Amino acid sequence: MIEGIFVEGLIYGLMVLGVFITFRILDFPDLTVDGSFPLGAAITAVMITNDHGMGITLLVAFAGGAAAGVCTALIHNKLKVPNLLAGILTMTMLWSINIRVLGNRANLPLLRRQTIISDVLELTRGVLPREWALLVFFLLLAFVIKLLLDAFFRTDLGLTLGAMGDNQQMVVNQGVNPELLKIIGVGLSNALVALSGAFAAQYQGFADVNLGQGIIIAGLASVMIGEFVLRSNKIFALTLRVLIGSICFRGLMYLGRYYGFYINLTPSDLQLITGVLIIVLLAITQLRGQGRWKGVQQQEPLTVAPGTSDAGTPVDGGEQ
Amino acid sequence: MIRIEKLSKVFHPGTVNENVALRGVNLTVKEGDFITIVGSNGAGKTTLFNAISGNQPPTDGRIFVNDVDVTRDPEYKRARYIGRIFQDPLLGTASNMALEDNMMICHRKGFKGLRISLNGRMRRYFREQLVQLEMGLEDRMKDNVGLLSGGQRQALTLLMMVLSEPALILLDEHTAALDPKNASLVLKLTQDFISRFGLTAMMITHNMKDAIEYGNRLLMMDKGEIILDVEGEQKRNLTVEKLVEKFHQIRHRTLESDEVMLSDT
Repeated sequence: MIEGIFVEGLIYGLMVLGVFITFRILDFPDLTVDGSFPLGAAITAVMITNDHGMGITLLVAFAGGAAAGVCTALIHNKLKVPNLLAGILTMTMLWSINIRVLGNRANLPLLRRQTIISDVLELTRGVLPREWALLVFFLLLAFVIKLLLDAFFRTDLGLTLGAMGDNQQMVVNQGVNPELLKIIGVGLSNALVALSGAFAAQYQGFADVNLGQGIIIAGLASVMIGEFVLRSNKIFALTLRVLIGSICFRGLMYLGRYYGFYINLTPSDLQLITGVLIIVLLAITQLRGQGRWKGVQQQEPLTVAPGTSDAGTPVDGGEQ
Repeated sequence: MIRIEKLSKVFHPGTVNENVALRGVNLTVKEGDFITIVGSNGAGKTTLFNAISGNQPPTDGRIFVNDVDVTRDPEYKRARYIGRIFQDPLLGTASNMALEDNMMICHRKGFKGLRISLNGRMRRYFREQLVQLEMGLEDRMKDNVGLLSGGQRQALTLLMMVLSEPALILLDEHTAALDPKNASLVLKLTQDFISRFGLTAMMITHNMKDAIEYGNRLLMMDKGEIILDVEGEQKRNLTVEKLVEKFHQIRHRTLESDEVMLSDT
C-alpha cells in the first residue's frame, strides 16, 4: 500500500517536474497541463491498443505534450495573450483533440494489453513482489529523468532559462529571444506532463479524457509541499524536492480517500481538499513573510524602471 | 558608428494624451565617444535610449549602426552589440541565481546551446575578473545575487556587460538609485572600464557636475530635442553655471527641473 503511494507519487512526479519548470523556473503559470496530461494518456492508450512498440509510444506521447506546450507559448507570444489565458485556450481545445485521439470516445481501457507495467512485472517475476518491482522501476525512471533535467539546467541554455523567470530584461540584454525561450520551456514542461500521463494511463489501466481534471492544482500543491520539506537553491535539491512533494501529496490524498470516509468525505471532495491545502500552504508562507509565491514576490521590483516592465509593451508615464 | 536620422517618437498619437517625446533628433556617435546626456524630466533622454536599444520602436526616423539600418530590429538582436544598464540595479542580474550563473549567462551574447560551459577554468576566469571590482565578490561566487547590495549588483552588471565587449553601451542613470558612496564608486569603475576597453558610451545623468566631469562630449536635451552638443576643448571649459546660462540663452527660460538644480549644489 505504501509502495502504491510511492509509485503514484513518482509517476505524477514527472508531471510535477513539468509544473515546476513553468511555475517556478519560467514564472509562466501554464494551465495547458490539464489538457496535455490526458493527451499523453490518450496517445499511449491508442498506440498500445494498436500494438505499437513501447519506445515509440512514449516518444510520441512526449512529442504530443511538447506540441501542446509550444502551441500555448505561440498563442502567448504572437497574439500577446496573457499566459494564463493562452494555457486555458490550449487546454480547452485539447479536450476535443483528446476525444479524437481516443477514437471519438471518452475512455479507452488497457485491460490485458501489454504495457510497461506488465513488462516490468514479467521481467521481475519471482524476484520481487509486484508492488516492489513497480516501485524500483519508477524510482529509477524518475531519477534518470530528474538527473537529465538537472544536467539540462546546468547547460548555458538551461541557465538562461532559469534567468528568464527571474528577470526577462536581463535575458533580452544578453541577445536571447525571450519568445524562443518560452517556447522551449513550456514545450519541455508539457512534454514531461504528457509522459507522466503516458505512465499513469498504463498504471491505472485506462485512458480517460477527464484524467487531467485538477491536475495542475495537484501539481502546484506538490511543488509547494516540496518547498516546505527542503530549502535550497541548488538544482539537484530543487528537482528532488519536487519528487518528494509529489509523493507527500499522494500520501495526503491517500489519507483523504481512505480515512476521510470516517468524517463523511467522498472521493469527489478531494479536489476541494487539494484547493484548501494550497490555500493553507500559501497562508503559511505569507505568515512566515517569505513570499515564495512568485506571482506576489517578483512583480514588484520588476516594474520599478519605466518602460522596461514587459517584452515590448510600452509603459506610460515615467520618462518620455 | 551610430547614426540617428530624424528620430521622433509620439506616445498616444491622435488622443488627448498625445505626447511628443522625440522631435526629429539627429545625432552621430563616433567610435570611442563617451557622451554624457543631461536634461530635465520628460526631455526624451530615456526614450532616445529605448529607441536605440530597440525597447520601443520610434514613430519615425532611422537608426544606423555601422551604416546598417537597424530601426526595425528587435531588442534582443541589437543587444548583441549594444549593452544597456538601467537605473534599477535589479534589472541587470537574476536575483535567485548564483553569481557565477549570472556571469555565465552574460559571458557570451546570443542564443545559448546545450553545452555546460561553467567549469573550473571558467570559474577561475570569473574570479580574476571579479577581483578588479575590489568588493570581495570573488569569494561569493556561489551566493545568490539577491544577497548583494545595490551597488555591488550594479558594479557586477557593469563588469559583465564590459566583458561581453559591446560596440556601444547605454547607461541610463545607472548610479541614481545608489547611495553617494556607491554611486561614485560605480561611476569611477565605469570611467575606468570605458577608457581601458576603449568603449563607445552614452550616459544619462541628472548630475550636471558628473556630466561635465566625465566623457568627451555633452548633449543637453529639452522637450524631445538636442539643444546643445559640445565636445573637446569646449566641453572641458564648461561649468555648471555656464551650462545653466546656456540653457537660458537657447530656450529663453530658466532650467526648471528641481533635480537638475539641486544636484549641482
